[in-house]
Amino acid sequence: MKLEVNGKQHEVDVPADMPLLWVLRDVIGLTGTKFGCGMAQCGACTVQVDGAAIRSCITPASAMGGKKITTIEGLSADVTHPVQRAWIEADVVQCGYCQSGQVMAAAALLAQKPKPTDAEIDTAMSGNICRCGTYQRIRTAVHRASELMAGAPAKEKSHAA
Amino acid sequence: MLRELSNDLNQGVTPSPPNPPSFDGAQDRLEGEGLRRRAFLKATATLSAGLVVAFCLPVALRRAVAQQGMGAAMTSPNAFVRIAPDNSVTILLKHSEMGQGIWTSLPMVVADELDCDWSKVRVEHAPAAPAYAHTAFGMQMTGGSTSTWESFDQLRQAGATARALLIAAAAANWNVQPIDCHTAKGYVISGAHKASYGELADAAAKLPVPNEIALKQAKDFTLIGKPTRRLDSKAKVSGTAEFGIDVKRPNMLIALVARAPVFGAKVKSFDAAKAKAVAGVVDVVQVPSGVAVLGKHFWAAKQGRDALAIDWDLGAGAALNTAGMRDDYRKLAQKTGTVAKTAGNVDAALEGAAVIEAEYGVPFLAHAPMEPLNCTVEIGKDGCDIYTGTQFQTMDQGTAAAILGLKPEQVRIHTTFLGGGFGRRATPSSDFVAEAVQVAKASSKTVKVVWTREDDIHGGYYRPMWLSRMRAALGKDGKPAAWAHTIVGQSILAGTPFEKAMVKDGIDSTSVEGASDSPYLEAIAAHRVDLHSPASPVTVLWWRSVGHSHTAFAVESFVDELAQAAKLDPLAYRRELLPKNSRERLALDLAAEKFGWGKPLAKGRAAGMAVHASFGSYVAQIAEVSVDGNAIKVHRVVCAVDCGPVVNPLTVEAQMQSGIVYGLSAALHSELTLKDGRIEQSNFNNYPVLRLNEMPKVEVYIVPSTDKMGGCGEPGTPPIAPAVANAVFAATGKRLRQLPLRLA
Repeated sequence: MKLEVNGKQHEVDVPADMPLLWVLRDVIGLTGTKFGCGMAQCGACTVQVDGAAIRSCITPASAMGGKKITTIEGLSADVTHPVQRAWIEADVVQCGYCQSGQVMAAAALLAQKPKPTDAEIDTAMSGNICRCGTYQRIRTAVHRASELMAGAPAKEKSHAA
Repeated sequence: MLRELSNDLNQGVTPSPPNPPSFDGAQDRLEGEGLRRRAFLKATATLSAGLVVAFCLPVALRRAVAQQGMGAAMTSPNAFVRIAPDNSVTILLKHSEMGQGIWTSLPMVVADELDCDWSKVRVEHAPAAPAYAHTAFGMQMTGGSTSTWESFDQLRQAGATARALLIAAAAANWNVQPIDCHTAKGYVISGAHKASYGELADAAAKLPVPNEIALKQAKDFTLIGKPTRRLDSKAKVSGTAEFGIDVKRPNMLIALVARAPVFGAKVKSFDAAKAKAVAGVVDVVQVPSGVAVLGKHFWAAKQGRDALAIDWDLGAGAALNTAGMRDDYRKLAQKTGTVAKTAGNVDAALEGAAVIEAEYGVPFLAHAPMEPLNCTVEIGKDGCDIYTGTQFQTMDQGTAAAILGLKPEQVRIHTTFLGGGFGRRATPSSDFVAEAVQVAKASSKTVKVVWTREDDIHGGYYRPMWLSRMRAALGKDGKPAAWAHTIVGQSILAGTPFEKAMVKDGIDSTSVEGASDSPYLEAIAAHRVDLHSPASPVTVLWWRSVGHSHTAFAVESFVDELAQAAKLDPLAYRRELLPKNSRERLALDLAAEKFGWGKPLAKGRAAGMAVHASFGSYVAQIAEVSVDGNAIKVHRVVCAVDCGPVVNPLTVEAQMQSGIVYGLSAALHSELTLKDGRIEQSNFNNYPVLRLNEMPKVEVYIVPSTDKMGGCGEPGTPPIAPAVANAVFAATGKRLRQLPLRLA
């Protein structure tokens, strides 16, 4: 079957029921998208399909024909997407394992709602579990990404927060 | 190897931190020649050879370290620092980064003394080697919230030594005295001379290591103590950070293992025909832990495993039920167990008094790190390469060597980022590493064993189930005159190499920590803390904050009940019981002040508090909750922490938030139960954890402190469950004594 991932066409020979997650990770070799639960409970596998956040662990790859798949590797060429910049500025990550999914979910939210309220952030991001407990900084960073998208200047580049 | 380790542990392990550094101590050493410096060095040497070994890196390892990653042009003044011609400074991290932030905070310590350019600092996990042994535990490991204090002096020495060598090289070059040289942001300067560290590194590495190294004074720190952003953010928001599960090796297969459905079960026989018929399945092999299916990718291995037919000999584990275990624990708690701490005549003091009695319980818990366990093993002609996120390099190396009949140094451990650890990746039996080695050995294939979430939830090594029976009698002043605390639960250390050193006179120190050393006991004339350690086939392990995860809940809930019985305010009551100027009391005072304790709260809100010391740090938390029907909502948590001198305030804040979230999952949601030997939960749908919409507003305040340095990874977790339970009591008048907290 044919898949378009991050603007690139891939021809893969996999079973029809194989979830997109494993095609991305084990066949195409894009390991930024993570496995956490296998049943759409944790959000670690979040990717965007035609701009909408989906859980790739329960989505059969065979349903992806003609759609544009974006993974964390394709979000920006040089880690400059406003969500990535905001995440770095707010010092969000800890172990980092869930953060590909968090970033992809936040980017999809902001594409839909450039200025989300706290309640909208809660609704959009509650499907993404973080065991390290970065939730508070995620909330801060989503708001900050919203500002950056609206053209706010970056904060000073020194190491200090 | 395990016997050697046990011997090391005997010499090295004490239940409390042996000699955490303080900035005061550092200043003493600066003055250099005093008795205290010699005493310190001697003390360190007896704990382990770490400090010395680190500077006597064998040539072969030095070369290996230098060549790893960046090629032979690298120069290593010592085991922790590598300087390249492009002026990049690579700091080798002997600890494992699992979220706690040492990838940033420990390099800050080296870089401050080295006086290099922070923007040129790179970090790598060190290989497994004796040079990287924990200075207190004598083996390479990450755990016990020890990384910063145990390596603080060692890393300062490493940075300062490298700097001294670079200065010496420059001075020799320019024919000036070292004292006439200074450094700034990666350059040595003397008058009109200026050379970068990269230019000098090669010459510096050939010089003898000086005996006396001057360390900075605390007032001159440029990085230590300053809020500093993480160095691993970019990799972790772009999908390029490599976790164990992301490792790829040539001709690697993915394996899933069908493990025992009940604890202790053994494979009687199995039929692999249907599994082998699955497209992409390459092999099926039996290993001690079960049956492994190897496939070209995860999906094939998973489909193959689902198609296996295994006949299990279930054994005695099939009779296990947590409800029955709790009844047994309750019966045991009626008798006094092995005494861990006692003073006065407790039974006499309780006899005839108005006894306040309460029983507290916590369930088995899985660690459930976001990255499911995994391990990649590649066996070659000259040894074995293991790629995994582990907290226990030395154990894993020794265990793998024993399985393969190799010398430990023939097993090369490549530590990746850990997608969470929380203790699960520090198994004394090296369970997930040993199993992967067995699969590779049995199949003669390079293999990555991957666990599913269900495997993780069912896989044992849980936080034990605990029960505490507490009794007290109050004096006329309302303070406890007698206190009896009976603890029942499985020993984590029994049967492990740690048993000899850490189980003394029948007391596993990790079972009673936080209870037998509670600061409240000091003022109670008659007190006793005793322990029953029933065995069971369920495998148990340290879970973030270890024994404190149950003792803080029992002790801090019970103190709240005593305050209520004495008709005293919970804050005033604790202040009365805690020693004046104790670090617990200072932390509690700061939390109370910042929370505004005693001021009216919004309608429907109530507050509860707890204060608990663990891993050398002192944490007070006040939780503000509301109750709607049977639903408990935590709105705000004020947290005050005294962890001694702080390296990175951003890390301390993050770790307190993290500990609170981890503790809230256990306080509000998570529980494992056994029915007929089988764990009834399987994934995040029925083993729920805290989600973003439930995240309270957490405020973290750091108590300014020059006292001993403690840890930060775990101490944020213990106080939150009792703080919330006490707040729920304030809101509803109901005492909830079982975690997770349930109003119905």
